[in-house]
Amino acid sequence: MLKIDLDKCIGCGECEEVCSFGAISVVDEKAQVDAELCSLCGTCVDTCPEGALEIEGGQEKGQVDLDDWKGVWVIAEMRGDAFAPVTYELLGKARQLADELSVPVTAIVLGHGVKDKAPELVARGADRVVVVDNEALVHFVDEAYAKIIAHLARQEKPEIILAGATATGRAFFPQVATMLETGLTADCTGLEIEEGGRNLLQTRPAFGGNLMATIVCDDRRPQMATVRPHVLKPLEADTGRQGEIIDFEPPQELLDHRVKVVESVVEEAEGPGLTDAEIVVAAGRGLEKQENLKLVEDLAHCLDAAIGATRAITDAGWISTNHQIGQTGVTVSPKLYIACGISGAIQHLVGMQGSDIIVAINKDKDAPIFDVATYAIVGDVKEVLPALTKKICKERGVDV
Amino acid sequence: MNIVVCIKQVPDAESVKWDHKTGTLIRDGVKSVINPFDYHAIEAALTLKDKLGAKVTAVTMGPPQAQDAIREAMSLGVDEGVVVSDRAFAGADTLATTYTLAQAIGKLDSVDAVFCGKQAIDGDTAQVGPGLAVRLGFPCVTYVGGMDIINDGKGLRLKRMTEQGYDIVEVEFPVVLTVLSCLNTPRVPSLKGKMRAKKAQIPMWSAEDIGAEPDKIGLAGSPTKVHSTYIPKFEAKREFLEGDPEEQAEALVQRLKEAGII
Ligand SMILES: Cc1cc2nc3c(=O)[nH]c(=O)nc-3n(C[C@H](O)[C@H](O)[C@H](O)COP(=O)(O)OP(=O)(O)OC[C@H]3O[C@@H](n4cnc5c(N)ncnc54)[C@H](O)[C@@H]3O)c2cc1C
Ligand SMILES: Nc1ncnc2c1ncn2[C@@H]1O[C@H](COP(=O)(O)O)[C@@H](O)[C@H]1O
Repeated sequence: MLKIDLDKCIGCGECEEVCSFGAISVVDEKAQVDAELCSLCGTCVDTCPEGALEIEGGQEKGQVDLDDWKGVWVIAEMRGDAFAPVTYELLGKARQLADELSVPVTAIVLGHGVKDKAPELVARGADRVVVVDNEALVHFVDEAYAKIIAHLARQEKPEIILAGATATGRAFFPQVATMLETGLTADCTGLEIEEGGRNLLQTRPAFGGNLMATIVCDDRRPQMATVRPHVLKPLEADTGRQGEIIDFEPPQELLDHRVKVVESVVEEAEGPGLTDAEIVVAAGRGLEKQENLKLVEDLAHCLDAAIGATRAITDAGWISTNHQIGQTGVTVSPKLYIACGISGAIQHLVGMQGSDIIVAINKDKDAPIFDVATYAIVGDVKEVLPALTKKICKERGVDV
Repeated sequence: MNIVVCIKQVPDAESVKWDHKTGTLIRDGVKSVINPFDYHAIEAALTLKDKLGAKVTAVTMGPPQAQDAIREAMSLGVDEGVVVSDRAFAGADTLATTYTLAQAIGKLDSVDAVFCGKQAIDGDTAQVGPGLAVRLGFPCVTYVGGMDIINDGKGLRLKRMTEQGYDIVEVEFPVVLTVLSCLNTPRVPSLKGKMRAKKAQIPMWSAEDIGAEPDKIGLAGSPTKVHSTYIPKFEAKREFLEGDPEEQAEALVQRLKEAGII
């Protein structure tokens, strides 16, 4: 419950202004809260100049001795024989956080035949690598992963553990957090250390990206977060970096698991994969009909780009759903993103706003996509795309 | 066999409007609906029921009006439902939610399978299913995109979608599954189902009813807290490329060349 101390309240309205939920109103110079609308987010508590607001029923502090927990961990994720790009992105961020906290970065890698890959994690920022190399881990077995990481965390007490917000990370990490009875923030896009403290400020989109929420886990440890791929920047590999590589031989009970992986199928994608592509050409409803998708395909072909789409297009069945970019699709952050006939709905923007250069082609000069664009072309995609494709193909010496 | 489906009532995404000028949610006229992914969880549970024979119970934690969600699930063929509702549950994060749901599920006759949606569209965490599995001591299979019964009805073979393709996995009951929309096409309610749903008495369980420890539920049981929120602002640093399509294309090519992209 949000409690308002009416004796302290001066009716200044600061709280009403910052409340994103319209839950507070000032009536007769006193703030009032509508409990139905209040989401207990606490933003108002921090803004009140009089300290009149308080969220009641919160937890007592000091349940665990927070100072016992030190160090930043990253769970490395394999993609076939190599590390998934998100692993390096996490290490880059972990390095920065750990330097601020003056603690080491530890990477944990689980799998089979992964030991010789450990130095790559050191080159990307780890001070220590714990290798859990076991036959039983040849496939992704979430139960074993979760038990091993929870076990290591109980022993070593890291203050922060990060994993990728991928299909695997989002499967086993909630299990680890539940085993450790600690908080886990899903799908973060930003991580910082709170000024003057050791709490991790974890920022993530809420309400479909309309609101950004910063989450803290201030009275339990470890602080855990999954992080969206392609949002953070990795460090360049530095093979001169020194690090310690440690083997951990898990006892059998940690390896036991009840979900048997019969086979693991990798589906070959055509062209560059969407999430790893350096250039993405994305199609929206402004293409008007399915035949015109060809205009996007031609441009993508001469740029060697991957093809993205809005949900409007994937819902219409013009292209398969794995091309969908946005809140309910994938997140991309290529060097170049070309939005063709896309309005720029917030659900789409959250999936591509991290791109370096954004080009938008739309016939409506007020389309919201232009708010995030680097280069804005007001025009008809049916005219602009062919002209662009021709010039780029010529420039690159590619046939259309 | 006893099957549980966890469903959540969420604001209807189509009716939620956001006022970007003031940065507030416009809640007038917002309808509550069943989380879209949860329809596929319901359908998966009903498919198992059709094939193996089972009692399907829908469980939701939410305000009293969440019983509308239970009624809708019943109209689709779910046998029973319960709303776990108490002021003390307010402000629950996923850790407190899984505790609460597990306490409620623990009160039901021995459960063989729990179906959840992949994620709830209001929070998008996808954490409740896997967390609940740990609480119940069941194995968990996430991102289920295909399901077959094996071992004379003692287990399931599942297609678990991954970034690069999929895994085929096998598991015996009991199990927690989180399902994707590609798994199935939800059925429509039957007239008989609607009648039954309308008449049904839906039990409402409080924190006390499920024997919940006060410090593990709601805000008190939630280690994560919202520290602050802000409305994302996009800086318009854009440059409009003027002219006819040829000129616009030429201007863009020049800039991409300068940026070293082509
Ligand atoms: C819960 C939820 C989740 C969602 N998740 C996603 C998601 O992950 N990804 C996603 O993309 N969407 C998502 N959406 C949908 C999103 O809100 C938009 O509806 C969608 O992105 C719009 O797609 P669009 O830009 O292609 O179509 P529209 O909004 O219809 O825009 C078409 C644009 O094309 C322009 N245009 C028309 N003709 C031409 C022409 N000849 N030349 C140039 N321009 C032209 C128009 O001016 C317009 O701006 C989600 C919605 C909800 C409610
Ligand atoms: N309050 C709740 N009551 C019942 N089921 C829930 C609740 N919250 C989440 N779930 C289930 O967990 C799934 C994932 O939700 P989430 O982890 O919040 O994204 C949903 O699709 C539901 O099946």
